[in-house]
Amino acid sequence: MKLQTISRTSYLTLVYLFFYIPIAVLICYSFNNTQYSLVWQGFTWDWYVELFHDSDLWISALHSLILGLSAATLATAIGMLAAVTIYRYRFRGRGFLYGLIFILILSPEIVMGAALLILFTLLRFPLGFITLLLSHTTFCIPFVIVTTYGRLVSFDKNIFEAAKDLGATDGVIFKKIILPMLWPALAAGWLMSFTLSLDDVIISYFVAGPEFDILPLRIYSMVRAGVKPEINALCSVLIFVTLTLILLSQTALRKKS
Amino acid sequence: MKVENKFKTFSLAATWAWMFFFALLPFALVLTASFLSHSDTQLLELPLTLNNYRNLNHGIYLRIFENSIIIASTSTLICLIIGYPFAYIITRLNGYLKSLCLMLIIIPFWTSSLIRSYALIAIIKGKGVLNTVLIALGIIHDPLPLLFTNTAVIIGLVYNLLPFMILPIMTNIERLDHRLVDAARDLGANRFTTFRRVIIPLSMPGIIAGCILVFLPAMTLFYISDILGGAKSILAGNLIQNKFLIAENWPMGAALSIVLTLMLIGMILIYLWASRGNKSGEWL
Repeated sequence: MKLQTISRTSYLTLVYLFFYIPIAVLICYSFNNTQYSLVWQGFTWDWYVELFHDSDLWISALHSLILGLSAATLATAIGMLAAVTIYRYRFRGRGFLYGLIFILILSPEIVMGAALLILFTLLRFPLGFITLLLSHTTFCIPFVIVTTYGRLVSFDKNIFEAAKDLGATDGVIFKKIILPMLWPALAAGWLMSFTLSLDDVIISYFVAGPEFDILPLRIYSMVRAGVKPEINALCSVLIFVTLTLILLSQTALRKKS
Repeated sequence: MKVENKFKTFSLAATWAWMFFFALLPFALVLTASFLSHSDTQLLELPLTLNNYRNLNHGIYLRIFENSIIIASTSTLICLIIGYPFAYIITRLNGYLKSLCLMLIIIPFWTSSLIRSYALIAIIKGKGVLNTVLIALGIIHDPLPLLFTNTAVIIGLVYNLLPFMILPIMTNIERLDHRLVDAARDLGANRFTTFRRVIIPLSMPGIIAGCILVFLPAMTLFYISDILGGAKSILAGNLIQNKFLIAENWPMGAALSIVLTLMLIGMILIYLWASRGNKSGEWL
């Protein structure tokens, strides 16, 4: 019994080391006082200072932030409406819609990227912020629907019946009952969309234009040019920001529930 | 009555409009494009043709798809071998420890996959962390040439996609009816037989779901092979990206995308078939 516990614990530890060592090493190297070597040469803040002065980088970061905030908000609004619709109403094509959402989650991002590129080109839509926003919203919506729908299913349906008997219209039920009960799921869906949008490379690669550079594509082109300490610093900052966001949201959600 | 239906009409219209314009229509366009031709001046033009599908038979496409399928299957298999026991152990933990372990798998899932792939370079490069440690331990004498090989791509894919294998299997094992496991033990099956004849078949839907979630991205995550792979480690994703953005042969790129979509549909059908079998098992 004891041996089993030891072997199980060491197995879990090994897999977690595989997950976390590369990230830890990346963060260490971002403080390494050397341009080329991977050998430790002492502690420095230089690479972070350099990042701070790179104004192009700040612009891409700002673009990514604007894109993530707007795509997450739009996706949460539409995803929420869709989830409530699928949950409350029986309509023709409901099963089809449900299947479509799962196919959207499973389908390779590259197919969606190519499909949207064809759409925008045929419509003569210039590639840029709007095309990125529409694409990011589209790939985030299914995730919002799944999170929201999971929460809706746990509701007591009698509440809606009671509200209806008391004379509430569907719009009122939505505003006064569904929205307040749904907000933790919506917050989770929003946050997930925000990080998905910040991290997306593949779809953005297809639908981004030259005037609206975003952070993941910028990192991608920097990485392709070779390993540089500034990239280590940039990636460390981003990992730190994401982790803070997750921890904050987790504590916020836990307090509420 | 009229007022009551206003909300329903609005939300139905919004949902369908978005799904039509940004999911169904674009996909229909890919399907159409895969039967069109192209020229130097036009990205897409008539006549309709089957040539793009006939061209798939060409040596170069076959070789890239073969290489991509081998890389993707190897990565999927490794994810399954590492991920299944991992998921199994975690579902047996209780309370606080379980949610902590779960949290620790989900955290990498939230951080950028591009950044994590980049982070691997420092680990597997010639004078990287892995080789230094292995040489110091005396396990190898010369550094392993990992970076810029198919092996590096596979390591990168497993590193990025392992959570996608673990999570569906975990969900599945959690829902598994433990009375069946107890029954098997009561009827004299040993641990191994119970695992092989009862637990594995019952968790088949989770295994297949995990395989779908790993296999398809493993064929298409072009930036991973771009960063970690060599000149010959080309995935189907690199090919499609090249056809659309560099070679500007959209009909060919569309045909390749359709092939990937057909693979997805095939895998979903297998999943539906497997989970139907499982439900009838639960009723026993």
